[in-house]
Amino acid sequence: MKKVYAFESRCLGCGLCEVYCRTAHSKSKDIVKAHKKENITSSIVIEEILQPKAKTYFALQCRHCASPKCVRACIAGAMYKDENGIVRNDKEKCVGCLSCILVCPYGAVKKNKDGKAVSKCDLCINYGSQLCVKNCPNEALKLLTEEEAEDLV
Amino acid sequence: MSIDFNTPAFEVIRDEKRCIQCKVCVQQCANSVHAYDEEEDIVKADDMKCVNCHRCVLLCPTRALKIKKYSLEFKENANWTSTAINEIYKQAQTGGVLLSSMGNPKPFPIYWDKMLLNASQVTNPSIDPLREPMETKVMLGRKPEKLEFDLNGKLITEIPPQLELNIPIMFSAMSYGSISRNAHESLARAASELGIFYNTGEGGLNRDFYKYGKNTIVQVASGRFGVNKDYLNAGAAIEIKIGQGAKPGIGGHLPGEKVDEDVSATRMIPEGSDAISPAPHHDIYSIEDLRQLIYSLKEVTDYKKPVFVKIAAVHNAAAIASGIARAGADAIVIDGFRGGTGAAPTRVRDNVGIPVELALATIDQRLREEGIRNQVSIIAAGSIRNSADIVKAIALGADAVYIASAAVIALGCHMCHACSTGKCNWGIATQEPELVKRLNPDIMYKRLINLISAWNHEIQEILGGMGINAIDSLRGNRLMLRGIDINDKELEILGIKYAGE
Repeated sequence: MKKVYAFESRCLGCGLCEVYCRTAHSKSKDIVKAHKKENITSSIVIEEILQPKAKTYFALQCRHCASPKCVRACIAGAMYKDENGIVRNDKEKCVGCLSCILVCPYGAVKKNKDGKAVSKCDLCINYGSQLCVKNCPNEALKLLTEEEAEDLV
Repeated sequence: MSIDFNTPAFEVIRDEKRCIQCKVCVQQCANSVHAYDEEEDIVKADDMKCVNCHRCVLLCPTRALKIKKYSLEFKENANWTSTAINEIYKQAQTGGVLLSSMGNPKPFPIYWDKMLLNASQVTNPSIDPLREPMETKVMLGRKPEKLEFDLNGKLITEIPPQLELNIPIMFSAMSYGSISRNAHESLARAASELGIFYNTGEGGLNRDFYKYGKNTIVQVASGRFGVNKDYLNAGAAIEIKIGQGAKPGIGGHLPGEKVDEDVSATRMIPEGSDAISPAPHHDIYSIEDLRQLIYSLKEVTDYKKPVFVKIAAVHNAAAIASGIARAGADAIVIDGFRGGTGAAPTRVRDNVGIPVELALATIDQRLREEGIRNQVSIIAAGSIRNSADIVKAIALGADAVYIASAAVIALGCHMCHACSTGKCNWGIATQEPELVKRLNPDIMYKRLINLISAWNHEIQEILGGMGINAIDSLRGNRLMLRGIDINDKELEILGIKYAGE
């Protein structure tokens, strides 16, 4: 399966992926409305590391692990791996216990701003295309299979 | 502190209805124009710092930003323009020489736009390059007086070293230091794929780039940065830089801040030290001295690589070019006054030198009259903006052209003229790792290939229209050119007739 891979050497830390992630997961699907009227948590987060000579950035998002710890830890049965291997969160079932956040080895699951549920990358399956990948200005985010990603690293 | 007479050059206009406070502009502006005010939850701009590079405008996801000329009027005066007044304010405050980047922006005549091309009608057929062969390959280098063959028809004349270009366009000298490593990598990869050449500029050649050597022209300038035997042998040709169109007669100065570990190793100078190129080569005070350097370089490369000599287009360019040809150069590069630079004194950039079109025409004419045109190739440089400029340059007598401004524009340059600050937001004229990253060579080398391929298609179309099927048949073919809106003297220098004649 293809996942979103982030390439640190290309990441500028501009944060456009976060903007488009919020837009893709909004009701309106409109950038301005999504940000001004809806309160959405981005599933991809830019982290900043201070290096001796410069800042480095990398984008943090769900790896859709083969045996996801978050699915095992979920007390409500909200977190599940679907038939395509995508780890998803059913917001209806999610009780916001945050167990998944505790066990995620990457820190890729985020607490929703409304506090009711958690937010994580679902590879934009409902949107049709991965807006973060499409709008990255420096091709730092790529949709690749595991083998393709290994070749690039 | 006394009053600051400087005013902003640009105004950042933010549409608050569209701004979503995503702070992309804040994060991306290396000049710190944008700032987020947490208390008010708005993004503010400091117009004073804006250089109008468009980075924020293009990255803003909601198109909320616009940059406009700061509208502050002085009393109208055709002589004392706002530029003239503001420059005095700046110098009265700092006591410094005004510096500018890129080429001469003044409204001097652009002769490319005053020449029109011919096309075939009825009496000679035009050629469709999509259906018939069309040659744009050129060979640069000294051509023998005559060719001799043995009785079996085998060539016995020794042919001096030649550079083979698939397309008569090369990337002009921009040093590693003045432009970033990623910009260099993009140029090198594009040149390799296109079968053309890029020029290292005077900053030496990074070891990592030796692999692109067969598409590299290595430069030797007055500072001799990074020049050693390996370097000279690493490229396909060597260029001696005497002058540069943007600043004829002036040396160079790469500030110490841009000399990081990698640049320092490549240039063979201490890290953080200013790299100063003297105005002249201190071992060249005559054509005879130039000949010595040309032959020293030929000696070290076993006479296998052509040696170019680059000069700025100045008043006696034709006589100087004749001397260069006689000194043994394989090609002459003539750089017009509109050629770009990372930094030049404004007064020099705007007032010294002549247009490349005129210099090119006189050099070609002079070398023909002296019967030595075959001894050198001529490369025209200094603001070639499109394929039509190239066709006109070749019709005026050039063998090929060099482009640099057009190449960096393809890499994202927005001609904001702030290269000398070292804070290029597009990752071109900077050494700051965070900014250099913004120029992704994997994306950018393809843009260069696109540009050159597009121009090559256009050159072929224009040639075909003239009924010519090889670029060699156009060289110096001034009958294909007609002047418009220029006087008799200009026609005489360009060696062309007026439109309608």
